[in-house]
Amino acid sequence: MSPASVNDNEVDIVIVVKDPDAKQVKIPEGFDVRVYTESDIVKVVGSSKAFLFSGYSSRYFGYLISNKKYIISIDDDCSPAKTKDGDFVDIVAYHLNNLKTPATPFFFDTLYDPYQKGSDFVRGYPFSLRSGVPCALSCGLWLNFADYDAPTQALKPDMRNTRYVDAVLTVPLKSMMPMSGVNIAFDRELVGPAMLPALKEGKVRWETMEDVWCGLVVKTVCDHLKLGVKSGIPYVWRNEKGSAIDSLKKEWEGVKLMEDAVPFFETLRLSPSSVTAEDCVVEIAAAVKERLGSTHAVFVSAAEAMAEWVKLWKAVRSLDH
Amino acid sequence: MASSVTPTPLLKDELDIVIPTIRNLDFLEMWRPFFQPYHLIIVQDGDPSKVIKVPEGFDYELYNRNDINRILGPKSSCISFKDSACRCFGYMVSKKKYIFTIDDDCFVAKDPSGNDINALEQHIKNLLSPSTPFFFNTLYDPYREGADFVRGYPFSLREGVPTAVSHGLWLNIPDYDAPTQLVKPRERNTRFVDAVLTIPKGTLFPMCGMNLAFDRELIGPAMYFGLMGDGQPIGRYDDMWAGWCIKVICDHLGLGVKTGLPYIWHSKASNPFVNLKKEYKGIYWQEELIPFFQAATLPKECTTVQSCYKELSKQVKAKLGKVDDYFNKLADAMLTWIEAWDELNPSKQLAKGK
Repeated sequence: MSPASVNDNEVDIVIVVKDPDAKQVKIPEGFDVRVYTESDIVKVVGSSKAFLFSGYSSRYFGYLISNKKYIISIDDDCSPAKTKDGDFVDIVAYHLNNLKTPATPFFFDTLYDPYQKGSDFVRGYPFSLRSGVPCALSCGLWLNFADYDAPTQALKPDMRNTRYVDAVLTVPLKSMMPMSGVNIAFDRELVGPAMLPALKEGKVRWETMEDVWCGLVVKTVCDHLKLGVKSGIPYVWRNEKGSAIDSLKKEWEGVKLMEDAVPFFETLRLSPSSVTAEDCVVEIAAAVKERLGSTHAVFVSAAEAMAEWVKLWKAVRSLDH
Repeated sequence: MASSVTPTPLLKDELDIVIPTIRNLDFLEMWRPFFQPYHLIIVQDGDPSKVIKVPEGFDYELYNRNDINRILGPKSSCISFKDSACRCFGYMVSKKKYIFTIDDDCFVAKDPSGNDINALEQHIKNLLSPSTPFFFNTLYDPYREGADFVRGYPFSLREGVPTAVSHGLWLNIPDYDAPTQLVKPRERNTRFVDAVLTIPKGTLFPMCGMNLAFDRELIGPAMYFGLMGDGQPIGRYDDMWAGWCIKVICDHLGLGVKTGLPYIWHSKASNPFVNLKKEYKGIYWQEELIPFFQAATLPKECTTVQSCYKELSKQVKAKLGKVDDYFNKLADAMLTWIEAWDELNPSKQLAKGK
């Protein structure tokens, strides 16, 4: 592993956005940190839009007001994992390495990421595809408590992820995937507008799909704009939060939503006139409203939230200039 | 408490091991603990008068060029000579459900704990568990012990589809093309990636024939390794060609292709200058071939592997014939191969099982 050098001016990790429903936030000494509370959120987006940023979705406010190129975001129930050699995993270095090396979505390399040290493109890989495309999103993984849904974890309460898979790979073009917000990093300049809060429900990961939906949107945008999405290392060590069985008892719409969402995204084709992430999101939002709106009210509010998000994004950007 | 692990069935009466060779098969000694229960099909390339020595105790049948010519008659023209592509003759004459093929410079690798890897057992596990080509699982193969589908994975897709191909990898000498070998002669693959994953639908990959297993009944007729070697303008693209064909057909028929474990230890690096001569046309041609395969669609009336393959050969002729006359010959050879396959395998209609 050869992690990229970390330039302080490029990356934001420590922006703490206090969930409006949460109580006090205690932050250890020594971190260069900015804390935003509900009143800060209201100041920037207005009280009518503050609802977008509650629960897990409070982090999106951080994405909105950051002015750095890269964002790394993890859940607060994660601690550093260790590699097989016993060293702590520096997720910052690994995520930046993923984002700063090209992705290869058009043809699968059987040695996974050809840009890693000790790896390369294999025999039969077309030469014209070897320069790759920029990587916009890096999805990390989790040891200990993997990001399973409630039924799976409830059925296998003692299952822990102990397998450290020493690879990162590009998720191929048109292949959909479930993005987990537990451990991600992205290039704000490339896909910031597509990293959006749309579905809002749940206080624990088992009761939320906001990141999964966001991931379907981001992947669609990346496929259309010829950007890459990587998945694999780095790992975090994820601790237990909440109860899988309790989450099962709640009315859990997320599962049903996916059954409608997946065929929709599978067949979605964006128009050639959508050339920025903002354009793409606006187009996707309209398509969601038109084609999924009649299925469930959640999709209507998701579409509206997406459109609002783009407006907010543009508004906040224009303040920077 | 982990759920009890069911032992992997040996499948010793359902699997053949196909090995192409031009030299004695001493390498089998190292594989003896894992291979001895199985029947071997040895395809002897090159000079048929040479005697190939097989270590004692293995049950095998051996075919040299004279045998191939005798069995196939004029259709033997589709089987390559002086190229390991001839191995696909072994697939054709086998009567088993599964094939495992391995090169004779591939040895038993060790996992990070230092244990010998039973590559065949892992291939069997891969083939006997479903694939998941329609949605990417970020924890890789969800059917492996200790893994599962992650949050957000649609429940309706969790049954998976039958696995047709298991593509293994190599430690030590990686499978690089000649230009890469020339630039990085000392590079060795030392990274053990403990994963098996399904290659998503619609994604092509470079299939390497060094360490490969497949379900003959599901995809056998499409595993033709093309026209390579003696009298042909190209070499080292046999497995690549088969890999692009099988992937298009698997995607069409709703079958899965897995890649990753098992690893074998690849001991011999072939001469990069010799490789360059064999490959160089392929390096140019693949720029046309990849868009062709990426865009290839098969009509829904094609519901068997043979009909898919014949349709593909028509498209090869129509669209690649203009790249080089070689592809006209290859398209004809693809049809000859199917005719030969059906002749040697007449009793079962090798349709996609569903």
